[in-house]
Amino acid sequence: MAEQDVILEEPKTDKYEVVHSKSHLFYPEYERKSDLKHQTHYCPGCGHGVAHKLIAEALQELKLQDQTILVSPVGCSVFAYYYFDVGNVQVAHGRAPAAATGLKRACPDKIVIAYQGDGDLAAIGTAEIVHAANRGEKISVFFVNNAIYGMTGGQMAPTTLVGQRSTTSPWGRRPVNEGFPLHMAEMLSSLEAPVYIERVALSDNKNIMKARRAVRKALELQRDGAGFTFVEILSPCPTIWGKDPIEARKWVGEKMIPSFPLNVFRDKKIEIPNNNVPPHKTVEEIVEGERKVAREGMVHGRSHHFQHLGIKIAGFGGQGVLLLGQLLAEMGMREGLEVSWLPSYGPEMRSGSAHCHVCLSKDRIGSPVLSRPDVLIAMNEISLRKFASQIAPGGTIIYGRERLPDDLSIPNAQVVCIPASEIADKLGSAKVANVVMMGALLEETECLSSETAMKVLEAKVKNLALLELDRKALDAGRVYIDHTVAIGAVTQADGFAQ
Amino acid sequence: MRQLCKGNVAVIKGAVLAGCRAYYGYPITPASEVAEAAALYFPEIGGTFVQAESETASINMVYGAASAGIRVMTASSGPGLSLMQEGISYLAGAELPCVIVDVMRGGPGLGNIAPEQSDYFAMVKGGGHGNYRNFVVAPASVQEMADLTILAFELADNYRNPAIVLTDGFVGQMMEPLDLQYREIVPPPKPWAVQGTAGTRQNMISSIFLEADDLEEHQRKMEAKYIRAKQRETRCEEYRTEDAELLVVGYGIVSRVLRSAVDEARKQGIKVGLFRPITLWPFPSNQLLTAALRAEKVLVVELSNGQMVEDVRLTLEGKRPVEFYGRVGGNVPGVEELLAKIEEQVPAAV
Repeated sequence: MAEQDVILEEPKTDKYEVVHSKSHLFYPEYERKSDLKHQTHYCPGCGHGVAHKLIAEALQELKLQDQTILVSPVGCSVFAYYYFDVGNVQVAHGRAPAAATGLKRACPDKIVIAYQGDGDLAAIGTAEIVHAANRGEKISVFFVNNAIYGMTGGQMAPTTLVGQRSTTSPWGRRPVNEGFPLHMAEMLSSLEAPVYIERVALSDNKNIMKARRAVRKALELQRDGAGFTFVEILSPCPTIWGKDPIEARKWVGEKMIPSFPLNVFRDKKIEIPNNNVPPHKTVEEIVEGERKVAREGMVHGRSHHFQHLGIKIAGFGGQGVLLLGQLLAEMGMREGLEVSWLPSYGPEMRSGSAHCHVCLSKDRIGSPVLSRPDVLIAMNEISLRKFASQIAPGGTIIYGRERLPDDLSIPNAQVVCIPASEIADKLGSAKVANVVMMGALLEETECLSSETAMKVLEAKVKNLALLELDRKALDAGRVYIDHTVAIGAVTQADGFAQ
Repeated sequence: MRQLCKGNVAVIKGAVLAGCRAYYGYPITPASEVAEAAALYFPEIGGTFVQAESETASINMVYGAASAGIRVMTASSGPGLSLMQEGISYLAGAELPCVIVDVMRGGPGLGNIAPEQSDYFAMVKGGGHGNYRNFVVAPASVQEMADLTILAFELADNYRNPAIVLTDGFVGQMMEPLDLQYREIVPPPKPWAVQGTAGTRQNMISSIFLEADDLEEHQRKMEAKYIRAKQRETRCEEYRTEDAELLVVGYGIVSRVLRSAVDEARKQGIKVGLFRPITLWPFPSNQLLTAALRAEKVLVVELSNGQMVEDVRLTLEGKRPVEFYGRVGGNVPGVEELLAKIEEQVPAAV
């Protein structure tokens, strides 16, 4: 670790307050416990008691009691809230870093601590701890690793040592079946965002004093807004290990430390880039959205010859089928109609066919799903063949090719054909074929006005060259239909469905 | 004055108006636009948007934010909601208010992304472990996606309970005019929240009650809250039910198609009316019973193999015959299909 990376100087010993009594960070009596309110539920010699004491004393020294929120996990320390006289939130197994994320983001200037054991953090909650660390959540995580599941009675933990027996590794942990112990501090050290990661051990007084400094440092860094801090605490579990407290402590030093080396894995200031800062908006602007645009673009006094008109638009993905539908819905809304737009959605948008349903109505719209559209705009042959039979009697089909396929007859509907892609190509871009089709629709059915169409296009298309192209495409579609109708080329005329 | 808006986006506009300032979620079709709108809008008003590593993490981030007393939400679709059920159970147990949106798609398993209403059991009956209830509101339009999201936040805060906005792929994906006027909405104070202050230091958020008597007392308290909600918070809409001989019942997108089918059937002289539950929990049983007793028969239509129909039958207790028609797999019946079903229920003489 390079000297210049160290943010804080090692606290001098005389800065510490020597406490001979229980920290006032702990409740005087553990009222939330059902009985034996003067003592903890932890077994004699358990590391949690020591870890709790280190955290409580650090918070007391730093005068952070009122600012602190402690997130208790599932495991032996599930009842940490019995003891800590701070704001307490108890959460689901493994999810402390996620809950701490929600808390810290809601209370960014407060101290949020996630206290977790090895099953909680390194097994069921692996994803949560990795991602909280990777996001650089400004929380402190105290990870108590005792290489075993305590509360459930001695099952294997992800940190159980190779060869260590547990009720679910009865012959000792066999890497061939259970893999190797998980080294969380090392894993998290591969991430960019964390500012402080250290592994300490409650193996002897010297190491406990180191642990005390590490806990305090993590909290100081959080207080100063530095970033994600993580202290892994190797901890004895005499009861499950079947050892007395003295032996258990020794076992931490002799067996655990060789497998989980003590180290400061990360201690550096991280400059996290704050680029692309979002603009500030008011709630009103977001809630009312394009309201001002809509107000300016309203078209008043236009009468409509239909009570309800259902339009189905279909074609290849990429032909602007869905956009054409949105434009029509927007136009209808601006002309004072009730409207709905319902797309086909999902993977098919990226290939194959796309379609959408547009309803224009003088009344509240019931079904936005059109099983019998009054108008079908078919941009390609596949869509025409697929949907032509759905058309309502007397409806209109606008087909985006020069003529109908020879083998297809569509009785009882008015069919107009327009080579939209070719027209759009000649104008300069095949992309405006959908606007050519819109021109054809407006000319053929007079359902909405082309003035409204231009208003909507002007609101949506910011590029002036493109807007001019759209205007030409709209006109070209109208002129083509006007001309076609004049020369009597409309097939199977049967009137327009009202 | 109205804006053309997608259902999934309207949810976020409603949430912003309701004072929600945090969104934690994970993308999934057909709900992704909810996350996208939140990603766009929340940071612009000084709120939080985090794309979590999973729905499991999302719902627990919601748990954390709700513990701090802010209005918070998430959204997903069926498979994501399955992952969230653990967290929802904890939220209910710890009595934390939040809003969860389920834009339903086809299941089970990966199913498909087309609309279904097959999460009714999971969301209305409670898909997580333990005794609990969620408020469930069922929008049928883009306007309701915003309005009922706002209602969901109010119900959640007023009862300290999660509230679900249960909708489907069509209502989420469709665009309609949205008329949303700015007004100041001030969430109620939450003296129980844990906020890292001297005043909230004694507070604790937890769902654990180790002693049997304590947990029973906690559940009795929750039950009392549910009973109060059942008495006060049911909402529904009736359409042409006054003289209806056949009552059709549907929610969400189905209710829209049914409304059109009712109009078509009426043109043929069939006396049919529509009953649309707006709250699925609490279920509008009293209103449904009254409407159903005026009719002779009830037809329930769902995009499921028969889920809400169980609540209809429980409500009617055999007092009226209840028929069921369901489409699944992402098939949404059209007006003609439902008209034919209505015609089937009514003797030719009508």
